[in-house]
Amino acid sequence: MGKAVAIIGTGQTKHGKRSDVCYPDLVREAVTAALEDAGITLKDIDGVVLGTMPSMMEGISSTHFYFAEAMGALRKPVMKVETCGSTGQSIGHCGFYWVASGMADIVLVVGSEKMSEGDGQATMTTVFDPFFQRTFAAGAPGVFTMQSMEWMYRFKIPEEKGREAAAMISVSNHDNAMDNPYAHIRTRVTMDDVKNSRIITYPVRLLDVCPASDGACAVIFASQEKAKKISMKPAWIKGLAFRGEEFFYGESDKAIWMSATEAAREAYGQAGIRNPLKELDVAEVYNPFTYQEMIFYECFGFCPRGEAPDYVLKGTFKKNGQLPCCPSGGTLCTNPIGATGLIRLAEAVLQVTGKAGARQVEGAKLALSHAMGGVDQFNAVTIVGSKL
Amino acid sequence: MTKEEHRIVKGQIMVPYELALGRTWSNFYDYLKEEKIMGKKCRKCERVLVPPRSFCPRCFEDMDEWVEVSQEGVVETWVYVNMPFFAQEIKIPFISAQIRLDGSDTGFIHQIAGIDLSDFDRVRETVKLGGRVKAVWSKEKKGNILDIAYFEPVK
Repeated sequence: MGKAVAIIGTGQTKHGKRSDVCYPDLVREAVTAALEDAGITLKDIDGVVLGTMPSMMEGISSTHFYFAEAMGALRKPVMKVETCGSTGQSIGHCGFYWVASGMADIVLVVGSEKMSEGDGQATMTTVFDPFFQRTFAAGAPGVFTMQSMEWMYRFKIPEEKGREAAAMISVSNHDNAMDNPYAHIRTRVTMDDVKNSRIITYPVRLLDVCPASDGACAVIFASQEKAKKISMKPAWIKGLAFRGEEFFYGESDKAIWMSATEAAREAYGQAGIRNPLKELDVAEVYNPFTYQEMIFYECFGFCPRGEAPDYVLKGTFKKNGQLPCCPSGGTLCTNPIGATGLIRLAEAVLQVTGKAGARQVEGAKLALSHAMGGVDQFNAVTIVGSKL
Repeated sequence: MTKEEHRIVKGQIMVPYELALGRTWSNFYDYLKEEKIMGKKCRKCERVLVPPRSFCPRCFEDMDEWVEVSQEGVVETWVYVNMPFFAQEIKIPFISAQIRLDGSDTGFIHQIAGIDLSDFDRVRETVKLGGRVKAVWSKEKKGNILDIAYFEPVK
């Protein structure tokens, strides 16, 4: 795994519709917060990594040019990495690689999006191939709904049971977001609210779907030597993995989802985790859609295949359950896409360093973070712990 | 000033593209004009892929054997789309579906139509996971994916 790597600081903007700031100022808000959290200045940063969604999201090409100043990157090496929805995790991995290789001591990683300024679903649809599938694409909801339908059919999950469990996921994420001062959507909803909300792509309804958010997140990675000098309580990277599969939708099995399954398995191996449900204290699963969150639980080995709805309905993944999932309110309540996977990591870090405030899971020491990107094509997992 | 107003600037970027299909995909569309759906078979893993490929994504081998697949298949999954967005090609509501054509080893993405789509409850009675559908051809062939107009449920 290379040299040991710590995370010594995280920063987030208040997420939501942020028409009060221009895009670079939004980025700087997160960078400033992360530097303050780490107790360092720009002088200490050796290199900067940025990730966002494809350029047409906000109509500005290669945003690392636009944000170079807001990221404090003058006279420093800058890298841009993008893998669609999994961008936030990919840039975290990039920060890790840079420090683990010994080529940098401290690296600033920034993810951002300003979804309110463009057309997210039109942008997402351009991720599909131009000749065969784009014509029938319906942005993210279309494909994630197809996947969820296939999963329920494969494992003979009755529609009513899937609906009930998905509604419960929506309710608990919304409840959790009430404890998160950075969250975009902070409203309590009831099971009936979810089940009666407008159909987007049946059976997915409005309250099964994440919002389109403006927001940025910054995370600071450091070598063991620097971390021990600078930070009273760093988080440590225990394992990380990224897996991809075929580009064309329909060519790989999305009810089993190899990329999600194998990314988790690889990261568990590095972290020495054998029973994730017992050993993990908290998980920040990338959950833009309620139904899809259940597929991830199965891929990550939190429960057997086809049984996620049962585990959800008995409260396993609620804040007070055996393995709390998304105590931040998750992607379901906040989704500035280029930042989202990094927010999952930042939230996992806050949990294992005891800095998660009202959303803290008591005594959390080991946390999983995750993101998914493209047309269900890529999955990335990063596991952090309180001990080296 | 009691209430702050946030100033915004509106913009739009339109870029024309000309995208080369390459030989394999050009041939696929030539076959569609003859109302044939053709896949390619990998000589190593023996899977038949539709859309066809110049190489097998799993084996990384050249794929040179064309195989005609059935115009009928099984609905592996589908979605009723009732959500508009910029530059959407098909008017809502429409149904996207993943169809396993008989004789192929991949799901083929297209639309299910030819039925009344306005009433979702009636759609649910007609379109079934695991149900069979067959291709309906466009009279005029334009050399794109809508040369197959849609798939309709087999009665």
